[in-house]
Amino acid sequence: MSTLTLDRDEIVRLAALATGDEKHEASSYSTLDALLVLYGRVLQVDPTDPAWDERDRFILSKGHGPAAYYAVLAWRGFFPEQWLPTFTRQGSSLGSHPDRLLVPGVEASTGSLGHGLPLAVGVALALRAKGADQRAVVLTGDAELNEGSNWEAIMLAPQLRLGNLTLLVIDNRSSTIDLVPIHERLAVFGWHAEQVDGRDHAALAAALNARHDVPAAVVAVVGPRS
Amino acid sequence: MIAMRAQAIDTVADLFEHDPSVAVVLAEISVERFAPVFAHDPSRAVNVGIMEQTMVGVAAGYALEGFHPVIHTITPFVAERALEQLKLDFGHQQLGVLVITVGGSYDYGTEGPTHHSPGDVQALLTIPATEILVPGTAAEADRLVRATYANDHVTYLRTQTVANDEARDVEFGRLLVERRGSGATVIAVGPMLDRTLEATAGMDVTVLYATTLSPLDAETLNSELAGHDVIVVEPFYAGTLAGVVSEALRDQLTRLHFVGVPRAVIRDYGTPEQLDRVLGLDAAGIRRQVASAIG
Repeated sequence: MSTLTLDRDEIVRLAALATGDEKHEASSYSTLDALLVLYGRVLQVDPTDPAWDERDRFILSKGHGPAAYYAVLAWRGFFPEQWLPTFTRQGSSLGSHPDRLLVPGVEASTGSLGHGLPLAVGVALALRAKGADQRAVVLTGDAELNEGSNWEAIMLAPQLRLGNLTLLVIDNRSSTIDLVPIHERLAVFGWHAEQVDGRDHAALAAALNARHDVPAAVVAVVGPRS
Repeated sequence: MIAMRAQAIDTVADLFEHDPSVAVVLAEISVERFAPVFAHDPSRAVNVGIMEQTMVGVAAGYALEGFHPVIHTITPFVAERALEQLKLDFGHQQLGVLVITVGGSYDYGTEGPTHHSPGDVQALLTIPATEILVPGTAAEADRLVRATYANDHVTYLRTQTVANDEARDVEFGRLLVERRGSGATVIAVGPMLDRTLEATAGMDVTVLYATTLSPLDAETLNSELAGHDVIVVEPFYAGTLAGVVSEALRDQLTRLHFVGVPRAVIRDYGTPEQLDRVLGLDAAGIRRQVASAIG
C-alpha cells in the first residue's frame, strides 16, 4: 500500500494545466478523488520503471475526463507536468483517451466504452497464471455499465474467483438506465460489492485496499453528472 | 483425414504444452477438442462461456502480460460481432493474437445466414497489419499456426470443411507456383485450389496458390505474372482481395477479376458443396467465370 500525502489542491492545479481551466473546475471532476487515492494510497507503482513486474495494474475504462488521470500520473512523476498543457493538441502524447504506447504509466489504451473490464479480467487471469500477487484495478463510469460487454465480464469474474481484480465504478448518476443501487446488483452476480462516498479519501482507501476471495467492486458515489 | 479445424486445435494444444507463453481463451466452441490444454495448465486456458467480446478482451489482457493468446470460435461471432474488440484491444494496442475460426463462408450451410460469414476477411483487413491465413489442408493449417502463433501480430486463420486433396509445402508469406502459362494469372486461395486447377485444365494460364493473403507475396506475384489478366478465386465475397492484390501490382498494367461468393444474402440451405454449385464456385462454375474473364 502506498502512503503518500494526498494533495488534492496539487492535482486540481495539474488538471487545470491540462484543460487550461482558470476556474479550476477540475475540483469537481468525478474521478479526481478516486484516482488520487488509488495512486497515493493503493496501487504499487514505480514511476521510474513503469513496466516494473511487481506493479499493480490500473486500467482507466471510463471514457471522459482523462485530465484528472494525466494530472495524477504527472503528480506521481510518470511524465513531467510540462506535458499537461499539450493535452489534446497536435503532436501531444496526451489525447482525450489514454494511449499506452504514448503515455508512461498507462497500462491499456481505452476510449471506447465497455473494453476495460474484460481486459482487466484477462490481466487478472494472467497475473494469477504467473503466480504474481499483484492486482488489476479497473475504473468505469456508471453509464458505461450500460455496455453489454461489461455484464459479460461481470458474470465471468466471480465464477473465476478473481480475488486479484477490483472494479471501481464512479457513480455520478449519469446512466440513462437506472442501475442504482449498483453495488447490490453486482453483489447478485457474486462480487464483494460496497458503496462509498466518492469524495471520502479514507473510505475509498479502505475499500480499495481490501482483498477478498472473489472480485471486489467499489461503487464511489459522487455528485450527479460531475 | 483430419479436418483443418481439428488439426489447428491439436497444433495449438501441442504448442501450449511446450511453450508456457501460450494462453487459450474460448467462448464455448470446441472446448472438448481443447481438453488437453485445460488438463495441462488451467491457469492459461479459460472458457468464458458464450461471450465473444469478452473472449477477445480477456485474451488481450493475457497479451498485455506477455502471453501469446489463441482464441477460437465460429467465424461470424468473432470476425463480425467482436470486430471492435479485435480492432482496439489488439490492433490499436499493437498486441498479438492468433484467431482461429471455424465455419468460413457457408460451411454451416444448413444453419442459414446467421452462421454465414463471407465478409470475415474483408472485415479483418480493416485492422492495419493484420495477417490473414487461409490454409487449404489440415497439414497447411499446422504449418501456418506454428509459424505465426507467437509473432505478436493480429493473425487470423480461417478453417473450412472443404479441403484440397494434397497439402503443399506452404510457408507464411509465400505464394506457390502450381502451374505456369502465358495467357493470364490465376490466384487460387486456400481450399479453392483443387477446383481451380480442375477448372483451368487445358488453359494457358499460370496458377498461383495463396495461403497467406496479408501480407501478400508481391515479389512472387510480380515475377510470375502472365498476361494482363489476373483472376483471383477466393472463398469469400468476390473482390475481398481487391485491395491487397492491387497494391501488390501497383506498378503493373493489369485487369483484375474476382471469382468468389456473390454479394447477396444466401437464403438457400445445403452442404458447402451444394452451395458451391449454386453460387458458381464449383469447378464448372469457376471455369465459366475464368473463361469469361480472359475472353
